Amino acid sequence: MPQTATIQAVCPECEAQLTFDRRPFKGQVTHCTDCSAELEVIEREPLLLELAPEVEEDWGE
Amino acid sequence: MHIAMTYTRLRTEERIMLDAFDALGILATPIDLREFVFDPRDRSSWSRYDAVLDRSLSLTNSMTSIRVFEHYGLPCYNNSSAIQTCSDKLLTTLALEHHRIPTPNTRIALTARSGLEAIEQIGYPSVIKPTVGSWGRLVARVNDRDAAEAILEHRETLGSVQQRVLYVQEHIEKPGRDLRVFVVGGQAIAAIARASEHWVTNTARGAQAIGIPVTDELASLAVRAVESVGAHIAAVDFLECPTRGLLVNEINHSMEFRNSIVTTGVNIAEHVARFVVEQVESGVSQAGATV
Ligand SMILES: Nc1ncnc2c1ncn2[C@@H]1O[C@H](COP(=O)(O)OP(=O)(O)O)[C@@H](O)[C@H]1O
Ligand SMILES: [Mg+2]
Repeated sequence: MPQTATIQAVCPECEAQLTFDRRPFKGQVTHCTDCSAELEVIEREPLLLELAPEVEEDWGE
Repeated sequence: MHIAMTYTRLRTEERIMLDAFDALGILATPIDLREFVFDPRDRSSWSRYDAVLDRSLSLTNSMTSIRVFEHYGLPCYNNSSAIQTCSDKLLTTLALEHHRIPTPNTRIALTARSGLEAIEQIGYPSVIKPTVGSWGRLVARVNDRDAAEAILEHRETLGSVQQRVLYVQEHIEKPGRDLRVFVVGGQAIAAIARASEHWVTNTARGAQAIGIPVTDELASLAVRAVESVGAHIAAVDFLECPTRGLLVNEINHSMEFRNSIVTTGVNIAEHVARFVVEQVESGVSQAGATV
Protein backbone atom coordinates (compact mmCIF):
# COMPACT_ATOMS: atom_id res chain seq x y z
CA MET A 1 0.00 0.00 0.00
CA PRO A 2 1.41 3.42 -0.90
CA GLN A 3 1.82 5.87 1.97
CA THR A 4 -0.45 8.92 1.69
CA ALA A 5 0.38 12.22 3.34
CA THR A 6 -3.26 13.28 3.67
CA ILE A 7 -5.29 12.89 6.84
CA GLN A 8 -8.75 11.48 6.50
CA ALA A 9 -11.96 11.35 8.49
CA VAL A 10 -15.57 10.43 7.87
CA CYS A 11 -18.41 12.95 7.94
CA PRO A 12 -20.81 11.84 10.71
CA GLU A 13 -23.74 13.27 8.75
CA CYS A 14 -23.32 11.81 5.26
CA GLU A 15 -20.32 9.46 5.66
CA ALA A 16 -18.34 11.22 2.96
CA GLN A 17 -14.58 10.76 3.18
CA LEU A 18 -12.98 14.08 4.16
CA THR A 19 -9.29 14.83 3.69
CA PHE A 20 -7.10 17.39 5.47
CA ASP A 21 -3.71 18.73 4.40
CA ARG A 22 -2.57 19.02 7.99
CA ARG A 23 -3.92 17.50 11.15
CA PRO A 24 -6.69 19.81 12.46
CA PHE A 25 -6.70 21.02 16.07
CA LYS A 26 -9.13 19.77 18.64
CA GLY A 27 -12.15 22.08 18.63
CA GLN A 28 -11.52 23.14 15.06
CA VAL A 29 -14.63 23.80 13.04
CA THR A 30 -14.87 22.63 9.47
CA HIS A 31 -17.48 21.87 6.83
CA CYS A 32 -18.21 18.66 5.01
CA THR A 33 -17.32 19.11 1.36
CA ASP A 34 -20.25 16.89 0.37
CA CYS A 35 -23.22 17.76 2.58
CA SER A 36 -21.78 21.04 3.99
CA ALA A 37 -22.68 20.06 7.56
CA GLU A 38 -20.79 22.08 10.18
CA LEU A 39 -18.39 19.72 11.94
CA GLU A 40 -16.15 19.98 14.99
CA VAL A 41 -12.97 18.02 15.63
CA ILE A 42 -13.58 15.93 18.78
CA GLU A 43 -10.34 13.90 18.72
CA ARG A 44 -7.12 14.53 16.83
CA GLU A 45 -5.64 11.03 16.90
CA PRO A 46 -7.44 9.17 15.53
CA LEU A 47 -9.25 12.00 13.82
CA LEU A 48 -12.88 12.09 14.89
CA LEU A 49 -15.56 14.56 13.78
CA GLU A 50 -18.96 15.33 15.24
CA LEU A 51 -21.76 17.64 14.16
CA ALA A 52 -20.89 21.06 15.59
CA PRO A 53 -23.19 22.17 18.43
CA GLU A 54 -25.92 24.73 17.92
CA VAL A 55 -25.06 28.35 18.66
CA GLU A 56 -25.18 29.07 22.39
CA GLU A 57 -26.74 32.14 23.93
CA ASP A 58 -23.46 33.70 25.11
CA TRP A 59 -21.57 33.22 21.85
CA GLY A 60 -20.53 36.19 19.83
CA GLU A 61 -18.07 38.99 19.39
CA MET B 1 8.34 33.92 24.32
CA HIS B 2 5.24 31.79 24.59
CA ILE B 3 1.68 33.00 24.01
CA ALA B 4 -1.45 31.16 25.13
CA MET B 5 -4.31 31.61 22.69
CA THR B 6 -7.48 30.52 24.45
CA TYR B 7 -10.54 29.35 22.56
CA THR B 8 -13.69 27.31 22.85
CA ARG B 9 -14.08 26.67 19.14
CA LEU B 10 -11.28 26.95 16.64
CA ARG B 11 -12.81 28.96 13.81
CA THR B 12 -11.11 30.45 10.77
CA GLU B 13 -10.12 33.51 12.87
CA GLU B 14 -8.28 31.41 15.42
CA ARG B 15 -6.41 29.48 12.74
CA ILE B 16 -5.39 32.72 11.03
CA MET B 17 -4.20 34.02 14.44
CA LEU B 18 -2.02 30.95 15.01
CA ASP B 19 -0.55 31.32 11.51
CA ALA B 20 0.19 34.99 12.24
CA PHE B 21 2.20 34.13 15.36
CA ASP B 22 3.91 31.39 13.41
CA ALA B 23 4.90 33.85 10.67
CA LEU B 24 6.53 36.03 13.33
CA GLY B 25 8.43 33.02 14.63
CA ILE B 26 6.57 33.20 17.95
CA LEU B 27 5.37 30.12 19.78
CA ALA B 28 1.62 30.34 20.36
CA THR B 29 -0.26 27.42 21.84
CA PRO B 30 -4.00 27.00 21.25
CA ILE B 31 -5.69 26.33 24.59
CA ASP B 32 -9.10 24.66 24.52
CA LEU B 33 -10.68 26.18 27.64
CA ARG B 34 -13.17 23.36 27.97
CA GLU B 35 -10.40 20.95 28.99
CA PHE B 36 -9.00 22.71 32.06
CA VAL B 37 -9.51 22.81 35.80
CA PHE B 38 -8.07 25.97 37.36
CA ASP B 39 -6.64 26.07 40.87
CA PRO B 40 -6.40 29.63 42.20
CA ARG B 41 -3.41 28.60 44.36
CA ASP B 42 -1.45 26.86 41.64
CA ARG B 43 -0.31 28.68 38.54
CA SER B 44 2.57 26.29 37.85
CA SER B 45 1.22 24.88 34.59
CA TRP B 46 0.58 28.43 33.34
CA SER B 47 3.88 30.06 34.26
CA ARG B 48 5.40 29.00 30.93
CA TYR B 49 3.21 31.59 29.16
CA ASP B 50 4.07 35.27 28.83
CA ALA B 51 0.62 36.48 27.80
CA VAL B 52 -2.89 35.29 26.99
CA LEU B 53 -4.79 36.17 23.84
CA ASP B 54 -8.47 35.51 24.46
CA ARG B 55 -10.29 34.14 21.41
CA SER B 56 -13.13 32.37 23.17
CA LEU B 57 -16.43 32.38 21.34
CA SER B 58 -18.27 32.04 24.63
CA LEU B 59 -18.46 35.20 26.73
CA THR B 60 -18.86 33.18 29.93
CA ASN B 61 -15.70 31.23 29.18
CA SER B 62 -13.78 34.41 28.32
CA MET B 63 -14.76 36.18 31.52
CA THR B 64 -14.13 33.19 33.75
CA SER B 65 -10.77 32.20 32.32
CA ILE B 66 -9.37 35.72 31.94
CA ARG B 67 -10.18 36.51 35.57
CA VAL B 68 -8.21 33.44 36.62
CA PHE B 69 -5.29 34.24 34.28
CA GLU B 70 -5.14 37.78 35.64
CA HIS B 71 -5.03 36.35 39.13
CA TYR B 72 -2.06 34.25 37.97
CA GLY B 73 -0.39 37.50 36.92
CA LEU B 74 -0.56 36.95 33.17
CA PRO B 75 -1.15 39.95 30.91
CA CYS B 76 -4.41 39.25 29.05
CA TYR B 77 -5.69 40.72 25.80
CA ASN B 78 -8.28 41.89 26.36
CA ASN B 79 -8.33 42.28 30.13
CA SER B 80 -11.39 41.20 32.09
CA SER B 81 -12.57 44.71 32.79
CA ALA B 82 -12.60 45.58 29.08
CA ILE B 83 -14.38 42.32 28.26
CA GLN B 84 -16.98 43.05 30.89
CA THR B 85 -17.63 46.58 29.66
CA CYS B 86 -17.72 45.65 25.97
CA SER B 87 -19.98 42.67 26.51
CA ASP B 88 -22.57 44.75 28.35
CA LYS B 89 -24.31 47.41 26.27
CA LEU B 90 -25.33 49.34 29.37
CA LEU B 91 -21.73 49.52 30.66
CA THR B 92 -20.57 50.49 27.16
CA THR B 93 -23.14 53.30 26.96
CA LEU B 94 -22.11 54.57 30.39
CA ALA B 95 -18.40 54.52 29.41
CA LEU B 96 -19.11 56.34 26.14
CA GLU B 97 -21.30 58.93 27.88
CA HIS B 98 -18.69 59.41 30.59
CA HIS B 99 -16.10 60.21 27.92
CA ARG B 100 -18.55 62.32 25.88
CA ILE B 101 -18.22 60.11 22.82
CA PRO B 102 -21.22 60.47 20.48
CA THR B 103 -23.61 57.52 20.73
CA PRO B 104 -27.36 57.08 20.13
CA ASN B 105 -29.74 58.48 22.76
CA THR B 106 -30.55 55.68 25.15
CA ARG B 107 -32.89 55.04 28.08
CA ILE B 108 -32.76 52.33 30.70
CA ALA B 109 -35.80 51.22 32.70
CA LEU B 110 -36.47 48.42 35.15
CA THR B 111 -40.16 47.60 34.83
CA ALA B 112 -42.76 47.24 32.10
CA ARG B 113 -44.45 50.47 33.15
CA SER B 114 -41.29 52.59 33.25
CA GLY B 115 -40.20 50.72 30.12
CA LEU B 116 -43.15 52.07 28.19
CA GLU B 117 -42.31 55.55 29.44
CA ALA B 118 -38.67 55.02 28.32
CA ILE B 119 -39.77 53.99 24.83
CA GLU B 120 -42.13 56.95 24.57
CA GLN B 121 -39.33 59.31 25.64
CA ILE B 122 -37.19 57.97 22.80
CA GLY B 123 -40.10 58.03 20.33
CA TYR B 124 -40.81 55.79 17.35
CA PRO B 125 -39.20 53.90 15.78
CA SER B 126 -36.98 52.87 18.65
CA VAL B 127 -34.62 49.94 19.08
CA ILE B 128 -34.70 47.53 22.03
CA LYS B 129 -31.67 45.35 22.77
CA PRO B 130 -30.66 42.83 25.37
CA THR B 131 -27.82 44.43 27.34
CA VAL B 132 -25.74 41.27 26.85
CA GLY B 133 -25.94 39.73 23.40
CA SER B 134 -24.32 39.57 20.01
CA TRP B 135 -24.83 38.83 16.32
CA GLY B 136 -28.02 40.90 16.31
CA ARG B 137 -29.92 38.42 18.46
CA LEU B 138 -33.15 39.84 19.96
CA VAL B 139 -32.40 43.33 18.67
CA ALA B 140 -35.90 44.63 17.87
CA ARG B 141 -37.24 47.70 16.17
CA VAL B 142 -40.41 49.07 17.73
CA ASN B 143 -42.52 51.14 15.37
CA ASP B 144 -45.47 52.12 17.53
CA ARG B 145 -47.06 51.96 20.96
CA ASP B 146 -48.90 48.72 20.22
CA ALA B 147 -45.65 46.95 19.41
CA ALA B 148 -43.99 48.47 22.49
CA GLU B 149 -46.72 47.17 24.79
CA ALA B 150 -46.60 43.73 23.19
CA ILE B 151 -42.82 43.42 23.54
CA LEU B 152 -42.87 44.61 27.14
CA GLU B 153 -45.60 42.14 28.05
CA HIS B 154 -43.74 39.27 26.38
CA ARG B 155 -40.53 40.14 28.16
CA GLU B 156 -42.25 40.34 31.51
CA THR B 157 -44.01 37.02 31.03
CA LEU B 158 -41.44 34.96 29.15
CA GLY B 159 -38.10 36.49 30.04
CA SER B 160 -35.80 36.11 33.00
CA VAL B 161 -35.56 38.83 35.64
CA GLN B 162 -32.44 40.24 33.94
CA GLN B 163 -34.33 40.46 30.66
CA ARG B 164 -36.81 42.83 32.28
CA VAL B 165 -34.16 45.53 32.26
CA LEU B 166 -35.10 47.59 29.26
CA TYR B 167 -32.36 49.16 27.15
CA VAL B 168 -33.88 51.25 24.41
CA GLN B 169 -32.32 53.55 21.83
CA GLU B 170 -33.42 55.96 19.19
CA HIS B 171 -33.45 54.32 15.77
CA ILE B 172 -30.75 55.86 13.58
CA GLU B 173 -31.78 56.23 9.92
CA LYS B 174 -28.49 54.84 8.69
CA PRO B 175 -27.85 54.44 4.95
CA GLY B 176 -28.34 50.64 4.72
CA ARG B 177 -25.04 49.89 6.42
CA ASP B 178 -22.99 50.37 9.53
CA LEU B 179 -19.24 50.95 9.79
CA ARG B 180 -16.67 48.99 11.73
CA VAL B 181 -13.17 50.12 12.64
CA PHE B 182 -10.56 47.66 13.89
CA VAL B 183 -8.36 49.09 16.62
CA VAL B 184 -5.22 47.32 17.80
CA GLY B 185 -2.88 48.83 20.39
CA GLY B 186 -4.34 52.34 20.07
CA GLN B 187 -4.16 52.37 16.25
CA ALA B 188 -7.10 52.21 13.86
CA ILE B 189 -5.77 49.69 11.34
CA ALA B 190 -8.70 48.93 9.04
CA ALA B 191 -12.36 49.68 8.42
CA ILE B 192 -15.29 48.01 6.72
CA ALA B 193 -18.88 48.87 5.90
CA ARG B 194 -21.43 46.15 6.56
CA ALA B 195 -24.30 46.53 4.09
CA SER B 196 -27.63 44.77 4.20
CA GLU B 197 -31.18 45.06 2.92
CA HIS B 198 -32.28 44.44 6.50
CA TRP B 199 -31.89 47.18 9.12
CA VAL B 200 -29.83 44.75 11.27
CA THR B 201 -26.42 44.70 9.59
CA ASN B 202 -24.48 41.96 11.39
CA THR B 203 -22.41 39.78 9.05
CA ALA B 204 -23.67 36.87 11.17
CA ARG B 205 -27.08 37.85 9.70
CA GLY B 206 -25.85 37.92 6.14
CA ALA B 207 -24.64 41.51 5.71
CA GLN B 208 -21.78 42.00 3.23
CA ALA B 209 -18.49 43.49 4.39
CA ILE B 210 -16.67 45.95 2.11
CA GLY B 211 -13.34 47.58 2.95
CA ILE B 212 -13.48 51.38 3.32
CA PRO B 213 -10.75 53.95 4.00
CA VAL B 214 -9.99 54.75 7.63
CA THR B 215 -10.73 58.47 7.69
CA ASP B 216 -9.19 60.67 10.39
CA GLU B 217 -12.60 61.13 11.94
CA LEU B 218 -13.30 57.37 12.07
CA ALA B 219 -9.83 56.68 13.45
CA SER B 220 -9.90 59.26 16.20
CA LEU B 221 -13.41 58.39 17.36
CA ALA B 222 -12.67 54.66 17.25
CA VAL B 223 -9.47 55.00 19.24
CA ARG B 224 -11.23 57.15 21.84
CA ALA B 225 -14.09 54.65 22.07
CA VAL B 226 -11.71 51.73 22.62
CA GLU B 227 -9.82 53.72 25.28
CA SER B 228 -13.07 54.54 27.04
CA VAL B 229 -13.74 50.83 27.65
CA GLY B 230 -10.10 50.01 28.43
CA ALA B 231 -9.63 47.53 25.57
CA HIS B 232 -6.46 46.90 23.53
CA ILE B 233 -7.87 44.88 20.65
CA ALA B 234 -11.41 45.71 19.53
CA ALA B 235 -13.78 46.51 16.71
CA VAL B 236 -15.86 49.68 17.02
CA ASP B 237 -19.23 49.78 15.27
CA PHE B 238 -20.58 53.12 14.07
CA LEU B 239 -24.00 54.22 12.90
CA GLU B 240 -24.06 57.13 10.45
CA CYS B 241 -26.72 59.55 11.61
CA PRO B 242 -27.99 61.88 8.84
CA THR B 243 -28.01 64.83 11.26
CA ARG B 244 -25.35 64.11 13.90
CA GLY B 245 -22.77 62.17 11.87
CA LEU B 246 -20.85 59.25 13.32
CA LEU B 247 -22.28 57.67 16.46
CA VAL B 248 -20.57 54.80 18.26
CA ASN B 249 -23.00 51.91 18.56
CA GLU B 250 -20.89 49.29 20.30
CA ILE B 251 -17.41 47.94 20.85
CA ASN B 252 -16.63 44.26 20.27
CA HIS B 253 -13.90 42.75 22.41
CA SER B 254 -13.42 39.50 20.49
CA MET B 255 -13.90 40.59 16.93
CA GLU B 256 -14.47 38.39 13.94
CA PHE B 257 -12.31 39.36 11.00
CA ARG B 258 -12.19 36.54 8.47
CA ASN B 259 -14.30 38.46 5.93
CA SER B 260 -12.41 41.70 6.53
CA ILE B 261 -8.83 40.75 5.69
CA VAL B 262 -9.34 40.32 1.95
CA THR B 263 -11.67 43.27 1.49
CA THR B 264 -9.46 45.70 3.46
CA GLY B 265 -6.12 44.27 2.35
CA VAL B 266 -5.00 44.56 5.98
CA ASN B 267 -3.74 41.47 7.75
CA ILE B 268 -5.65 42.11 10.97
CA ALA B 269 -4.32 38.96 12.62
CA GLU B 270 -0.74 40.02 11.98
CA HIS B 271 -1.40 43.37 13.69
CA VAL B 272 -2.91 41.58 16.69
CA ALA B 273 -0.01 39.12 16.92
CA ARG B 274 2.58 41.91 16.61
CA PHE B 275 0.83 43.94 19.28
CA VAL B 276 0.79 41.07 21.78
CA VAL B 277 4.45 40.30 21.06
CA GLU B 278 5.45 43.96 21.47
CA GLN B 279 3.62 44.14 24.77
CA VAL B 280 5.54 41.13 26.07
CA GLU B 281 8.84 42.47 24.70
CA SER B 282 8.29 45.83 26.35
CA GLY B 283 7.96 43.99 29.65
CA VAL B 284 4.31 44.69 30.31
CA SER B 285 3.19 42.45 33.08
CA GLN B 286 0.12 42.29 35.16
CA ALA B 287 0.86 44.20 38.33
CA GLY B 288 0.25 42.34 41.54
CA ALA B 289 0.49 38.68 40.68
CA THR B 290 -0.91 36.97 43.73
CA VAL B 291 0.14 33.36 43.28
N1 LIG C 1 -30.03 52.47 17.30
C1 LIG C 1 -29.94 51.83 16.13
N2 LIG C 1 -30.38 52.40 14.99
C2 LIG C 1 -30.31 51.76 13.81
N3 LIG C 1 -29.80 50.52 13.66
C3 LIG C 1 -29.34 49.89 14.75
C4 LIG C 1 -29.38 50.51 16.04
N4 LIG C 1 -28.86 49.66 16.94
C5 LIG C 1 -28.50 48.56 16.26
N5 LIG C 1 -28.80 48.68 14.95
C6 LIG C 1 -28.52 47.67 13.91
O1 LIG C 1 -28.61 46.39 14.51
C7 LIG C 1 -27.35 45.74 14.47
C8 LIG C 1 -27.10 44.95 15.75
O2 LIG C 1 -27.13 45.81 16.86
P1 LIG C 1 -25.97 45.85 17.93
O3 LIG C 1 -26.27 46.93 18.88
O4 LIG C 1 -24.66 45.96 17.22
O5 LIG C 1 -26.11 44.45 18.66
P2 LIG C 1 -25.22 43.11 18.56
O6 LIG C 1 -24.31 43.17 19.73
O7 LIG C 1 -26.19 42.00 18.63
O8 LIG C 1 -24.45 43.17 17.26
C9 LIG C 1 -26.33 46.84 14.22
O9 LIG C 1 -25.21 46.35 13.53
C10 LIG C 1 -27.14 47.81 13.37
O10 LIG C 1 -27.17 47.40 12.02
MG1 LIG D 1 -23.05 44.64 16.77
